[in-house]
Amino acid sequence: MDFSLNEVQEMLTDSIDKFIENDYAFDTRQEYASSDSGYSADVWNMFAELGWTAVPFSEEDGGFNGDQVDIMVMMQCFGRGLVVEPFLANVVLAGGILKRTADAGQKEKWLQPLIGGELHTTLAFTEPQARYDLSDIATTATADGDDWVLDGNKGFVLNGATSSLIIVPARTSGLPGDADGITLFAVPGDTPGMSMNAYHTIDGLRAAELTLENVRVDAGAVLGEIGGGFAALDATIDDATMAISAEAVGIMHVLKDKTIEYSKSRSQFGVPIGSFQALQHRMVDMLTACEQAQSLLMWAAMTCASGDGDAKRAISSIKYLVGTSGQLLGEEAVQIHGGMGVSWELDVAHYFKRLTAISQLFGNADWHLDRLAV
Amino acid sequence: MHVTFSPEELEFQKEIRAFFRDEFPNDIREMQAKGMELKPADQVRWQQLLHEKGWAGINWPVEYGGTGWTPVQKYIFATEEANANAPFIIPFGLSMVGPVIYTFGNEEQKQRFLPDILASNVWWCQGYSEPGSGSDLASLRTRADLDGDHFVVNGTKTWTTLGQHADWIFCLARTNTDVARRQEGISFILVDMKSSGVSVKPIILLDGTHEVNEIHFDNVEVPVENLVGEEGKGWTYGKVLLQHERANIAAVARSRYRMRRLRKQVSSSVRGATPMIEDKNYMRKLAAVEVELKALEYTELRTLAAVASGKAPGPESSILKIKGTEIQQAIDMLYLQAAGYYALPYVPDQYAPDFSDDPIGQGKETQAALRYFNFRKASIYGGSNEIQKNIIAKHVLGL
Repeated sequence: MDFSLNEVQEMLTDSIDKFIENDYAFDTRQEYASSDSGYSADVWNMFAELGWTAVPFSEEDGGFNGDQVDIMVMMQCFGRGLVVEPFLANVVLAGGILKRTADAGQKEKWLQPLIGGELHTTLAFTEPQARYDLSDIATTATADGDDWVLDGNKGFVLNGATSSLIIVPARTSGLPGDADGITLFAVPGDTPGMSMNAYHTIDGLRAAELTLENVRVDAGAVLGEIGGGFAALDATIDDATMAISAEAVGIMHVLKDKTIEYSKSRSQFGVPIGSFQALQHRMVDMLTACEQAQSLLMWAAMTCASGDGDAKRAISSIKYLVGTSGQLLGEEAVQIHGGMGVSWELDVAHYFKRLTAISQLFGNADWHLDRLAV
Repeated sequence: MHVTFSPEELEFQKEIRAFFRDEFPNDIREMQAKGMELKPADQVRWQQLLHEKGWAGINWPVEYGGTGWTPVQKYIFATEEANANAPFIIPFGLSMVGPVIYTFGNEEQKQRFLPDILASNVWWCQGYSEPGSGSDLASLRTRADLDGDHFVVNGTKTWTTLGQHADWIFCLARTNTDVARRQEGISFILVDMKSSGVSVKPIILLDGTHEVNEIHFDNVEVPVENLVGEEGKGWTYGKVLLQHERANIAAVARSRYRMRRLRKQVSSSVRGATPMIEDKNYMRKLAAVEVELKALEYTELRTLAAVASGKAPGPESSILKIKGTEIQQAIDMLYLQAAGYYALPYVPDQYAPDFSDDPIGQGKETQAALRYFNFRKASIYGGSNEIQKNIIAKHVLGL
């Protein structure tokens, strides 16, 4: 039994923490978040140079063979820094599909430059009507000679407008809701017929609504087997759910620490507000929520990485917990910060907003609890 | 990061498992399965059986006859003990006064008391709370006045669990009133319950059980050699003891066992009713408790791993008591709800050792409400959960 980090994980934690401490102050983060692309291209290139973008890929793909525990460690750090660079869209989502489905030629064409930081990619994992049902795919792909023609709508494509390659799950047979008949296509963002309506998100990130109208790709765009794309999509979203849960736990620790610190420095009625029992007990509850989430996160990541045990149950458990006690912790952090907690100026509000966004992603707490309540 | 056991730990697990399979007496196993109250003699028989194996002093160092087990071994034992639904070890001797005596007592006290504690020959009870001193324990007023070679003890202790069976009581009593802080001047004193002037009055709990008592001391003479450690330092010793108590109270392994049993129970039909597993609202609540419990299991493991590697446990250890008792009570509520109407018959006789009539309800249904009522105590005893939060706020959060 051992809960300590291994050498590689220690190194990753140290280097990401140092980067955030030295080069990623909150004001800098805000500047990147409000830039045209919504993140810093220089920072992203640095992620690639340091090998952070290579972690979850196999050695033969040029990666470090990292597993869910390694990604957990990294995402907790990114959460603490409120990092806006598109690690989730590129490495976890698009990378997750490519590593599972791409053939050698496709990997060379797309995965290598993704790891190198040159190619920005994303995964169009949902549709406007689908809510959290991954198999509710109405976008169609119709064979036309050697080509495929795609039509339909994708919702909430993370970093869609800055991605040169978009992985589009489309239906080649069956009906929305069927797991069978889903095929994954790698579609360059500038393909005729692709139109993107981009927007900011509540947590300072970027996403887009994507319309595909008569989008023509050749057979080389097909990732994996025709009609058999669901398994890779499902496994990738599982990884992504783990990843953002880890990010959420990182955020929870920061919000807890900042709230305790604030309660010691903010005086009312002539004493620090942290001396009030009504607030002390709530901050103890915040500590409890953090430690419980940290424990469950480690269990979930180890369960996923070990390959034995019920990974789906583990993932739903942690996502449910961060969506309930994590969300409550965020509300408490804002409440105890008082007026400062609801101001744009203070970082606390932005951690809270990211936590709220994570609660909504890849199945909210109710959705995951329903998966457990059987 | 991994939670696998070493080959030695797996071997140990096998040994413990075999013991609970082969040597756990069938009559006690059966009484436990039916939820029947154990007679004191059966309780002692079970504890003496553990003693014969050398497993009575789980937390004790080897030099005092303890197991010397590692934290992981203790975890394995607790898990197997819970899975066998074995009786709880009464903590007052083995988990509480024993550790205080071997840590702070003199050589003579160690030789006089420890062997009988280890062998469960002597039944101990705890004299901490008083009618006027609950959460504010340092306000206690029981006095032990030195008079030549003995103390004269006067006062009242309350909520004394199983004091009706006890041979001895360990008490916090004030030996000095002329002190700067109330925590000073309190001493840790051992009192023979047969002493003249000791009387025991039962207190009936809301579930109708006689579990706790009020103990009166009326000019009770206690020899000075029954003072443990230094006069006036009892508060410090008592706090050490409370830390042992809190780790026990979390009862994570027991909760895991009860959740597994509950899952089994709700999967099948009772009296032809639709199984509770078909009730989505109920199952959501059950699943939410499972999530919290899984988290707590790993919180406990993180604490164990820290201790095993020689580190002090981190803040995660301090939440065990609060979360552990909240989860126990949530599980009680799940059992209560599963029983429906059959939670309502008040038939405590069904769980008495000599019951032989046709019972009302199936399994332990008619015990669900009583257990729920009784275990409201869990968030109150050992320092109420609100007091725990005060302690964490001060010592962990630095508020």
